Amino acid sequence: MIRSITQQKPMEEIEHLLEGMDRIFVIGCGTCTTLTRTGGVEQVAAMAEDLSARGKVLTGTTVVPVACDNLAADILSEFGARMNQADALLVMSCAYGVQTMASQLGQMVVPAQNTLFIGKENAAGQFNEICTQCGTCVIGETGGICPVTTCHKGLVNGPCGGTNNGKCEIDSNKDCAWTMIYNRLKELDRLDSMRTYKKPRNHLGEPGPGKFLIPAE
Amino acid sequence: MPSAFKKALDSGKFVVTSEVAPSKGTNLEKMAHHVELLKDKVDAMNVTDHQSSVMRFPSLGGALLVKENGGEPILQMTCRDRNRLALQADLMFAASRGINNVLCLTGDSVMLGDHKEAKAVFDLDSSQLVAAVRTMERGKDMAGNELDGAVKFCAGAIVTPEANPIEPQLIKFEKKIEAGAEFIQTQAVYDLDNFKKFMDYARQFDAKILAGVILLTSAGMARFMNKNVAGVMVPQNLIDEMAAAPKGGALKKGIEIAGRMIAQIKEEQICDGVHIMAIGKEEVVPDIMSAAGLL
Ligand code: SF4
Ligand code: SF4
Repeated sequence: MIRSITQQKPMEEIEHLLEGMDRIFVIGCGTCTTLTRTGGVEQVAAMAEDLSARGKVLTGTTVVPVACDNLAADILSEFGARMNQADALLVMSCAYGVQTMASQLGQMVVPAQNTLFIGKENAAGQFNEICTQCGTCVIGETGGICPVTTCHKGLVNGPCGGTNNGKCEIDSNKDCAWTMIYNRLKELDRLDSMRTYKKPRNHLGEPGPGKFLIPAE
Repeated sequence: MPSAFKKALDSGKFVVTSEVAPSKGTNLEKMAHHVELLKDKVDAMNVTDHQSSVMRFPSLGGALLVKENGGEPILQMTCRDRNRLALQADLMFAASRGINNVLCLTGDSVMLGDHKEAKAVFDLDSSQLVAAVRTMERGKDMAGNELDGAVKFCAGAIVTPEANPIEPQLIKFEKKIEAGAEFIQTQAVYDLDNFKKFMDYARQFDAKILAGVILLTSAGMARFMNKNVAGVMVPQNLIDEMAAAPKGGALKKGIEIAGRMIAQIKEEQICDGVHIMAIGKEEVVPDIMSAAGLL
């Protein structure tokens, strides 16, 4: 299962974003930010309390099931009056949900989170970024481990000089992608794949912003 | 025409290179002083490229300064800050101004430096940069377009002989040579017996190997490197030797150790030369060379 991984912005930043807006309606999300405990029922309640303490007037709060779903606006319609009284909607979903609200509700929306990455749950409560949707997938040559994402520098020809005892130069708690890839390919007896020189990456997979239309049948 | 450094490598002599660190700011006096001090003593001088991701005067500008002052520059180029357009452009500029040695590096993470919030590039890696140099020497750019005037470089790269695990590092090392690296500078080596084992393996390749020698300035610095610098292992006996130096005598001891190691590398013909890194103490490089019996 993949999840949008978020981290709440510092309260000072949220306060700054809400400057001059006194009445706030807070919206959480019942999916990713509930799971990561950054925008579920409890966090929404805590945020409402914190904002009240900072002198804001809370016109209401709710947690929608899936903030990035286009149905979120319909679901929110029952709060129409209370939302309309607010100067801003503080959205505690990931940025996908924030943008969904912004495009549908015609009100000022403010994100409460920084959206960090799309993470895969590898162990209970532990998420890792393993794909950044680069558009030109190379993991057929790296034993199914993504060097573009898992290597801090996105290197495709092997480790940099900073690799240290299997860990990455930026963090001794992060595995070096190229030690992982090496171990996996060795296990598979496919080290030749690592020995083959890889040309510079093609960054023209899908020029940003990505766009896709399901072909008509 | 091959560069003076290339000629030195090919001559079979024991090659010595050192480093000059570009300044933080436009006052180039110190750099010019180091060039003056070293230009007639070493075969070439590396000019570092925002070393440790700390923003400085550009390596290209530093290499020009070395050249203009009569030294032989090795332009260090990392892939951290420039995409393939900018790297190729800088290679052409360097070649057009008589800078004909380049050391191709991946580059440290931006996070390790003094502009941590900057966007890192890493469009290419070190082996791809070496390959790009070779492509441009054939008169083409990386997209296959004709160049009106090619480049000419003696191109090198680096290796960490004491990396753990070592095999991924060696695979990359072989790719760099395959891509066209003519010389390889190593990360600092202190345990020469270990290094000899690496050289037993490395000798099979057609590239000149320069052993990295980092001047030890204190026992604390040695311990710090062991803990924090990937692939650097200062053996306990050297740390003890540094610690036993009389008060105020640590630098002298470090010079003695570096000189001794270089002398042994040369004497036993362990590799083709040395690359001396006297980080922040470029002044004493001639002393190290004297201690090694090279001056
Ligand atoms: S190479 Fe990595 S980032 Fe690109 S699509 Fe494949 S897994 Fe995703
Ligand atoms: S240490 Fe490993 S994961 Fe980290 S940047 Fe270097 S090669 Fe990539």
